[in-house]
Amino acid sequence: MMPKSPRIWQLAERRYRLLGSKCTVCGKTSVGPRSVCPICNSEKIETIQLPSTGTIYSYTVVHALPAEKSGYGPYIMAIVELEDGTKLTAEIVDCEPEDVKIGMPVELAFRLIGQESEHGIIYYGYKFRPIISRT
Amino acid sequence: MRDVAVIGVGMTKFGERWDKQLRDLFVEAANEALKDANIGRDEVQALFVGNFSAGSFVGQEHVAPLLADYLSLKSKPAFRIESACASSGMAFNLACMAIASGIYDIVMVGGVEKMTDVSVPEITSVHAKAMDVEWESFFGLTLPAAFALIARRHMIQYGTKPEQLAMVSVKNHRNAAKNPLAQFQFEVTIERVLASPIVSDPLHVLDCSPITDGAAAVILCSADIAKKYADTPIYVLGFGVASDSIALHDRSDITTLGAVVKASRQAYKMAGIEPKNIDVAELHDNFTITEIISYEDLGFCEKGKGGLMIQEGETEIGGRIPVNTSGGLKARGNPIGATGVAQVVEIVQQLRGEAGKRQVSGAEVGMTQNIGGSGSTCVVHIFGRQRR
Repeated sequence: MMPKSPRIWQLAERRYRLLGSKCTVCGKTSVGPRSVCPICNSEKIETIQLPSTGTIYSYTVVHALPAEKSGYGPYIMAIVELEDGTKLTAEIVDCEPEDVKIGMPVELAFRLIGQESEHGIIYYGYKFRPIISRT
Repeated sequence: MRDVAVIGVGMTKFGERWDKQLRDLFVEAANEALKDANIGRDEVQALFVGNFSAGSFVGQEHVAPLLADYLSLKSKPAFRIESACASSGMAFNLACMAIASGIYDIVMVGGVEKMTDVSVPEITSVHAKAMDVEWESFFGLTLPAAFALIARRHMIQYGTKPEQLAMVSVKNHRNAAKNPLAQFQFEVTIERVLASPIVSDPLHVLDCSPITDGAAAVILCSADIAKKYADTPIYVLGFGVASDSIALHDRSDITTLGAVVKASRQAYKMAGIEPKNIDVAELHDNFTITEIISYEDLGFCEKGKGGLMIQEGETEIGGRIPVNTSGGLKARGNPIGATGVAQVVEIVQQLRGEAGKRQVSGAEVGMTQNIGGSGSTCVVHIFGRQRR
């Protein structure tokens, strides 16, 4: 397996704190780091804090697991639309597969994502969970 | 720019080919293409080969010279092209441009993948590398899951039904049952598709193209010399290629594959035709939803009416635009790197009138549409029995 530590380290802050990119010219935001705006071609990109809440744009329950998720599933994957319109891909946790719905409000949850091997690097990052009404 | 013609085609039996290695599969298809074109290997000036991930599947990289070596192409230039599931569609496109430019007069284009040497979960992980590894696959998205996200939105926005998705599988299996080289030469029913295990809901196992070993190859030449080699050369009338964001979440509407729209419009314009002129098409049904969306994005029907198009039988053999007469990726099989050229093989056979029990009568104009990843690459070719 290829060593993944430098790559993981570079992206850790974005995955731990949900930092994103914003074009200061047209306002386009995205979850990953970019140097050029995919909409207006501007190179004026700043790092921003993305909102920690949003709604489910689409979802699926994954039954056929990739090798890295052996023994883990089935699990819910979704595209989440954050409050500012930024979309990202994340697992939905603390939710039964039969309860997930398009439009469901969700919030950021910091979780373990995976581990390279039994004694390998442990990855952390964002997942999302339903917002429980406290009223 | 010079016109291009296909003068020879070859393809292995698709399926679980435990009897053959990667190189054996390719040489089998390539030798058949040479024989079909009735040319010697010395006349082939270059090799363009599509392969997605031999490094992951069989541990071998640098496959272009390997395949040229075992094909005895004697130090000729050999190029490997990788564009996920669109690898050999893209190889075909580059080969067309190489001939159109005048650099070469005769080239071979092929594709090969040997997938069954690794386990299914590992294959799922390799497929996921065709998407954004850092912002999709890392978090657990698989390729079937990406198309499941697309399918769910299509169902919400346009009312597409699971039964309509299943009809794509039923049709393509019915066609594959008439194709002696197809992986699955048997029919399925809507009930059986819907009762098959869930891969990533709403997609069932029988909504998904299988894991396949196989290879396909074709010989291309300048149209001006094509009649020297073939009684019925099949001409490339037009093509288009486009890309889209690597991550699905970066697209504003995931129910449209923007690269399919753009690539097909370029191809129609270059060929000087409209969607209604297509007599037969091989489309990228890696999942049943993809074929339905492709009907819409290629302009075969209105946006949102893809489910209705399959339901009304318009894409059956004998229908308005027969689609995936070979059985498609779904039932002919999907050896990733070989798929694009396998589509070309089918269309050439259809336009020559050599498609046997699955022949579309009077087919004059055909299309291939090959997609990579979740729609990040699309390459479309239009073929004709008559030169434009």
